[in-house]
Amino acid sequence: MKAPLSWIKEYVDLPAEVTTEQLTDRLTDLGLKLEAIHSAADGITGPLVVGKVLTMDPEPQKNGKTINWCTVDVGDANGTGEPQGIVCGAHNFAPGDLVVVILPGGVLPGNFEISARKTYGHLSAGMICSARELGLGEDHDGIIVLPADAGAPGTDAFDVLGLREEVIEFEINPDRAYGLSLRGIAREAALGFDGTTYRDPALRATPAADAAGYPVVVDDAAGCPVFVARTVTGFDPAALTPAWLAERITHAGMRPISLAVDITNYVMLETGRPIHGYDLDKLQGTIRVRRASEGERMTTLDGAERTLSAEDLVVTDDSGIIGLGGVMGGETTEMSDVTTNILVEAAHWDATSMFRTGKRHKISSEAGKRNERGVDPTICEAAADRVVELLVELGGGTVAPGVTVVGTPPAAPSVRIDYDLPARISGIAIDSETVVADLQAIGASVDADADGITVTPPPWRPDITDPFDLVEEVVRIVGYDQVPSVLPREAAGRGLTRPQRLRRRIGRTLAGAGCVEVVSFPFVGPASFDALGLPADDVRRKTVLLANPLSAEEPAYTTTLLPGVLKAAARNIGRGAPGVALFETGTVAFPVDRGPAPIYGVDRRPDVAELDKLYEALPRQPLHLAVVLAGERERAGWWGSGREAGWSDAIGLVRRLGEELGVTVEPRRAVLMPWHPGRCAELTVGEVVLGHAGELHPQVCAGLGLPARSAALEIDLDQLMDLATVVVPGPSFSSFPVAKEDVALVVDADVPSASVEAALREGAGDLLESVRLFDVYTGEQIGEGRKSLAFALRFRATDRTLTEGEAGAARDAAVARAAEVVGAVQR
Amino acid sequence: MQPEEVDAARDAALAAIAAATDLDDLKRVRTEHAGDRSPLALANREIGALPPQARKEAGQRVGQARGAVNQALAARQEVLDAEQAERILVEETVDVTLTTDRVPAGARHPITTGSELIADIFVAMGWEVAEGPVIEAEWLNFDALNLGPDHPARTMQDTFWTASPDGAGVESGVVLRTHTSPVQARTMLTRTPPIYVVCPGRVFRTDEYDATHSPMFHQVEGLAIDEGISMAHLKGTLDHFASQLFGEGITTRFRPSYFPFTEPSAEVDLRCFVCKGEDAATCRTCRGEGWIEWGGCGVVNPRVLTACGVDADRYTGFAFGMGIDRTLMFRHGLSDLRALFEGDIRFTTAFGTEL
Ligand SMILES: [Zn+2]
Repeated sequence: MKAPLSWIKEYVDLPAEVTTEQLTDRLTDLGLKLEAIHSAADGITGPLVVGKVLTMDPEPQKNGKTINWCTVDVGDANGTGEPQGIVCGAHNFAPGDLVVVILPGGVLPGNFEISARKTYGHLSAGMICSARELGLGEDHDGIIVLPADAGAPGTDAFDVLGLREEVIEFEINPDRAYGLSLRGIAREAALGFDGTTYRDPALRATPAADAAGYPVVVDDAAGCPVFVARTVTGFDPAALTPAWLAERITHAGMRPISLAVDITNYVMLETGRPIHGYDLDKLQGTIRVRRASEGERMTTLDGAERTLSAEDLVVTDDSGIIGLGGVMGGETTEMSDVTTNILVEAAHWDATSMFRTGKRHKISSEAGKRNERGVDPTICEAAADRVVELLVELGGGTVAPGVTVVGTPPAAPSVRIDYDLPARISGIAIDSETVVADLQAIGASVDADADGITVTPPPWRPDITDPFDLVEEVVRIVGYDQVPSVLPREAAGRGLTRPQRLRRRIGRTLAGAGCVEVVSFPFVGPASFDALGLPADDVRRKTVLLANPLSAEEPAYTTTLLPGVLKAAARNIGRGAPGVALFETGTVAFPVDRGPAPIYGVDRRPDVAELDKLYEALPRQPLHLAVVLAGERERAGWWGSGREAGWSDAIGLVRRLGEELGVTVEPRRAVLMPWHPGRCAELTVGEVVLGHAGELHPQVCAGLGLPARSAALEIDLDQLMDLATVVVPGPSFSSFPVAKEDVALVVDADVPSASVEAALREGAGDLLESVRLFDVYTGEQIGEGRKSLAFALRFRATDRTLTEGEAGAARDAAVARAAEVVGAVQR
Repeated sequence: MQPEEVDAARDAALAAIAAATDLDDLKRVRTEHAGDRSPLALANREIGALPPQARKEAGQRVGQARGAVNQALAARQEVLDAEQAERILVEETVDVTLTTDRVPAGARHPITTGSELIADIFVAMGWEVAEGPVIEAEWLNFDALNLGPDHPARTMQDTFWTASPDGAGVESGVVLRTHTSPVQARTMLTRTPPIYVVCPGRVFRTDEYDATHSPMFHQVEGLAIDEGISMAHLKGTLDHFASQLFGEGITTRFRPSYFPFTEPSAEVDLRCFVCKGEDAATCRTCRGEGWIEWGGCGVVNPRVLTACGVDADRYTGFAFGMGIDRTLMFRHGLSDLRALFEGDIRFTTAFGTEL
């Protein structure tokens, strides 16, 4: 809401010493938040003066245009007192007229600097200005012709044009709809400064309703509790909007259109009450307010054909629907540039119905904004009367006899409040007298008794329905800055939960391994899955879809974190990074096959079964971890060559995380896109599959712009954390000497080393302390389709030094078991 | 060997030892003057062939000479060993300015570490960290929080709605949460007061993506429900939070505002931690205000307590919320929000693993 300062001051006498900043500070403290202070002269610097046109010589040009070579008396403003020569393209003026001249050195909005320049064969020293050039309006191409008494040539034009006006822009919260009017803003300003006088612009004597008014029937009193109609005849459709009115509504952010429309807008800004004007001659018979029938159609005055819902309120006459009540008028009865007889409607509409209709038809208007937030229902007559007054005064109309008033304003429900509630809720010591006085100050009527206060909110405050609403009113007047700073009692908290601690540990482990965390948007589409090469029936393609995605290409919430990390990796590589290791943790979503989530009431807590139903309707949202390792994993340097990331880095990271959490993760060969079919592992803990890791499929790397042999992993972190060791059992170990035995075993190439190792462990018995694969060899000596695996076995007893014979026997047993299980032959 | 010959052999040996310049040299001298074929060794061997009366004297003389030579050898050996050790250390000198970045450093995201820093401030006060799903029931995201069906925040402009599996035209009742407040609702629904929880998390709004807006961002909200809770406790908590995050003496101020789930409601401003409100005119952090808009807060609306099963006659509560991304932006002087979501490692590694 933009409010010209002079307009505010029309209704409130602020102390003379109060500056604009002090006023806006005070209003912000009261809840009308300052957005900005504008000056109408924003972007204009002088010299901008009144000029008198002395001569004006039309000169036709080759391009078909005619320019005027003018001399203009600008008094002493040009320093010489001589007439100023100016070329002007407009023709809507004549010698003798007073105009607005900007002289060389001045600047117009858009940083348009004025200088004397040669044009059309003349030295044009300045410019005769139009409203558009001064940023005062868009509608008139001609230059501004000032009234004859505007001032002597050379007079500063800022004051003449009202350009010194300060305009305060407020951010009005939804509960303070009264702030969408000068009436409301001025009232708050009066509240902000003691001893100021407030003049309510809606407080005026209005003629009583009578039977001579235009016939109106309201069928839906709940939707339209009050309907006031007044008639003005003989209005001059050619009458121009006076400058002061056009300036005010322009400053308030509305466009001047025509006098009659401008007047209705002016009164809306003044009182907060939207007004609708009909061309009386186009009305046929009784006006009727009712709900629409489902599917009924009408054309609103913006030219849009609309299909109505049974919830929409409509205004009709004998011809049918003539308006979408309170939201937008209809085309057929719209005022035009020949309208002379006007029916003024000031009606109160149900706010919820206004909101729904506006939302349903996607209509957002200044009137709708006020009607849907709640307008004072008691000022319909006053607002209509004010419009009539201005139509008569400015447009030469005549007040026609008859005043129609249908319905009565709904009474504001009273609210009961304890005397000490504001103090208890705010923590400020506020006595009963202050509570009563402050509630009266906002315009409420207060009935105080021994136990508490019964408060009837003022009619412009439909937002006040609860005791806590009244608390806010009292506290904002006492001042939010009075709230003391006190810590609540010390809570006996249980610290971070186990998953919260584990997540931190996982993040630190990955960062310690050289991985950098990224945060990606979770939006994906079919192309994201195509890039991963997922088959059509892949479970990851079954997504939770958004009804209103930002991009039609990415309409789904992701089931995998890989698209995000891979894209980030490619971006880094594209920006010249020789290698990246990125990780991301985040929830993904898998749809559940359930109906819509229920919507319950809010008057009580839903019961357990109801809550379960709510939770079950939500998608399954496990926490995932994804890592991508692309390009250089270790750098080349003076120590030697670097190392490219590969499949084992990805699998290794998961095993490393397992170690960190006390979980033994076992990889198994698997085939799953987007991984290389021969270089992909599923990572298992017992029968639980955590996820997959390995080298990415070459086509995936190529498609996404990643280095060849980039590796990636994705696992379900919730599952890993569930399996984490809670209390590590204290390890015990022997301090007797170790006995080391190395064995080289030849097996078929497709035998997993893990199987060989498992067999060795099994066969070696209790004396085995550890076994570690330290070499893999293939070659002619071994034979086609075979490989040699070299293991280091370490034996140790808990109670003695092992003899060579004992260690040798254990080694032989291990080898024998490997021969038996996996067909291993010792080299 | 004559006595004077023994003395001469000894002197020659001592001279050679003293002249030895390195360990190899000394080794040669040792063989030559103290080895099996050295003059003194030969002299020693001759002693047995001497007449008994001459043996004693010759034995003494040769023994003393050999002792002196061995002593000198040992002493010289020690000196030369030390010299060699010294020389090796000098020779092994490296260029300590060589690069050491074989494995590049990793880092955690500032949103993660920032959320943890905030959580830790509250955990230190005895609060707990509550969490909930990102894809949330409409009832929990809106209705339970007094955002009735006709509240503007529920229109399509702000909220990502999920499509119903039953097809178009059916409302799913499921949204991407627009704030972390449904976590507060869940907490109230499952726990009995006193409740002191802080809820950091990811939220979504249908905002276009630019330098200061993002369809996905992060919030931290706090909720305290207890007997006798007032706005004063809210102010005390936020002042403490502010000073922990931005430095001693940094406080907050309240301005009246409106949120459906709180009444009274306030906007909370943070005292500018750069200029402290003193030289605000030239301050780039607060742009001359002396204060930074930080978030919203208020006393929990009793309607919310009722919907979530808290006895509104017995308990009161306060709630607050602010953007984590925005907080990081002004705490660290970031000019473009998008840097947080691009994944450029140069950005993230600057923050290390803890904030
Ligand atoms: Zn500052």
